[in-house]
Amino acid sequence: MALVLNEEQQMLRDSAQAFLAENAPVAYLRKLRDSRDATGFDRALWRRFAELGFTGALIAEDRGGVGLGVVEAGVIAEELGRTLAPSPFLSTSVLAARALSRAGDDAPGQRWLPRIAAGECVVALAIDESARHRPFAIATSARVDGDGFVLDGTKTFVVDGHVADALIVSARTGQGASPADGVTLFVVDPKAAGVSVERTSMVDAHNAARVRLAGVRVGAEAVLGGVGQGGAILEEVLDVGRAVIAAQLLGSADEVFARTLAYLKERRQFDRYIGEFQALQHRMAALYCDLELARALVLRALQAVDEDPASARATVSAAKALACTTANRAVQEGVQMHGGMGMTDEFDIGLFMKRVRVCQELLGDANFHADRYASLNGY
Amino acid sequence: MTDLENFRREARAWLETNCPPEMRRPVASEADSCWGGRRFRFQSEAQRLWMVRMGERGWTVPTWPKEYGGAGLGKAQAQVLRQEMRALGCRSPLDSFGIWMLGPALLQYGSEAQKREHLPKIARGEIRWCQGYSEPNAGSDLASLQTRAELHGDHFVVNGQKIWTSYADQADWIFCLVRTDFGAKKHTGISFLLFDMESPGVSTRPILLISGKSPFCETFFDNVKVPAENLVGELNGGWTIAKYLLTHEREMIGGIGERATARPLGRFAADAMGLDEDGRLADGGLRSDIARFEIDELAFRCLMERTGDRARRGEGDPAFSSALKYYGAELNKRRYELMMSAAGSDGLEWEGERSRDGALARTWLRTKANSIEGGTSEVQLNIIAKRLLGLPGA
Repeated sequence: MALVLNEEQQMLRDSAQAFLAENAPVAYLRKLRDSRDATGFDRALWRRFAELGFTGALIAEDRGGVGLGVVEAGVIAEELGRTLAPSPFLSTSVLAARALSRAGDDAPGQRWLPRIAAGECVVALAIDESARHRPFAIATSARVDGDGFVLDGTKTFVVDGHVADALIVSARTGQGASPADGVTLFVVDPKAAGVSVERTSMVDAHNAARVRLAGVRVGAEAVLGGVGQGGAILEEVLDVGRAVIAAQLLGSADEVFARTLAYLKERRQFDRYIGEFQALQHRMAALYCDLELARALVLRALQAVDEDPASARATVSAAKALACTTANRAVQEGVQMHGGMGMTDEFDIGLFMKRVRVCQELLGDANFHADRYASLNGY
Repeated sequence: MTDLENFRREARAWLETNCPPEMRRPVASEADSCWGGRRFRFQSEAQRLWMVRMGERGWTVPTWPKEYGGAGLGKAQAQVLRQEMRALGCRSPLDSFGIWMLGPALLQYGSEAQKREHLPKIARGEIRWCQGYSEPNAGSDLASLQTRAELHGDHFVVNGQKIWTSYADQADWIFCLVRTDFGAKKHTGISFLLFDMESPGVSTRPILLISGKSPFCETFFDNVKVPAENLVGELNGGWTIAKYLLTHEREMIGGIGERATARPLGRFAADAMGLDEDGRLADGGLRSDIARFEIDELAFRCLMERTGDRARRGEGDPAFSSALKYYGAELNKRRYELMMSAAGSDGLEWEGERSRDGALARTWLRTKANSIEGGTSEVQLNIIAKRLLGLPGA
């Protein structure tokens, strides 16, 4: 497949860009942050996302979605990264939608997918248990109890978990040769007895939650994709999410690069534009190359996941790792080249730095993915 | 079945029949490259056969027109051919400055007679070319070159000195930048000449490098007579051709990063160092560096592919070749640093059969020139800053 966006994908990018520039520029994030908004995003805006088909991008048409692919989800995420618009796109429309779709015709999918597509709900994935991403180091247990299960454990870094209408929780129902064996996914009502949700307001003015499950009873219908089948679903869902976050990081990095380049052409010191200094020119030129490389690899990863998720793993890890290091470099150079202004809250560059740091940690940082890449390649 | 799929089937069948098994093994060192030319000593009969067969089919230069020795393939077919060659592990049948640099320039700027004379011989590996660009006082500042050519009736008389002329001592012909107008500004008084290295007055002296080898020469011209019809393009219009050719050279050197992928670095390291009981390279730090390298290398391959895809759509800037050259050169240097680390003390051997006369160490040292030749990394970054980023004063 050609490593360029096709015509429909370009149109999607243009419409997402125009919509977000008008309705959710960086100032929108700033407003939510400064008003200490308890939700952290605007539900009315989220419903307008639905009208544009963004919320149901990955949901099949017969479930109320628009049936697009991961490349298209990446295109939307890249534009979200450009304006830092807070929304439950990643948690709900990418991770939860893919998990619910992948599980087949289960009851949870029938219940939640049309509502996600309509922009009526938030569904969060509760996977991580430690501060560093280790998706199969699962201590949360699901014990058989009658015709249902009882869940016990603690989940952290549950993105949008503070306002979720449903949680998709990974829990151990058994053991096997690989850590991914014996894992089951459950759809849990956050209001059920024994569930406590603590909002964690993060550095980037986005929200996540710590979720405690103490003797939480769920029925058999809460199982997503079959008992013990969660590992395979999770691998795929996480890779979809990683590729999409990589695209989002790329959008943020690209925006920071553009803003910094513009600044170098207007800021004057020593009677000249600071962009005339070779010390800065070479760093910008090298960063430009890094961005082009990341762009090519991220697109390849998005395409690879659409073609066959099982054989896309190494490519996805490569893309997430490179997007993390590239975006990190972009924001560091961005702040440095903006000088003192880069350190002020008034300038937007710092907001990008904060958001990029969070997206680096989400679903595995560059070290996690370089390690996974090496293992998948037999060394 | 589409035409492209048909072509793929035919190409695969032909390659399977015609590519000798010895030519399907990974290239171990520069010594395995086939350069062709009047003086070339083939490493094996298989190497000669592979070059001749591919040359006859026009597949040494698949996208060149048939009348000039190519196969007239479109970009999509050429890509399929590359994919099939890679799938079978086929070596490059012919490495050649004629193919990478002079050919594209002649196709663009050469006269019909020049194209018919020179291109088929390049395609068939009959004539080996060298590049007369750099001079002792014209390196990164190439346009300040001083080698002079004066027109005397039907011929030029060339005097001066070139340096870093790759394989000048083994080349048959040279494409050479010469100054033909001494009053003009430095970029506008340059012409592009072709001549036979056996012409009276041409001499070469190899330069011994840190690798212990001499791939580059000093080349001297003492009253060399060059027929006037060997001028390419306009008199004093050589800089345009020189720049056009440099973008191809940059793509070629940038492509080193891609072509060197015959064997993944991780596998090389696994063989050299061994794996622990968890199946990991025993040195965690090196393992991480290698993984980061392989990720960057994968991204570079994707970027090369994307650049081609964009070109087919009429997008992209010719100056982007500077980005590819810069990154590809740095990538190749990194690769060999990591190979040296993985090989440990075995990689330090300089002589003897076991190390194939220090093949790894010598190649490692050779790669250091990647970011110098064809425009240094710093010059490429200047070009990116000016042409692609529009930074002031660059």
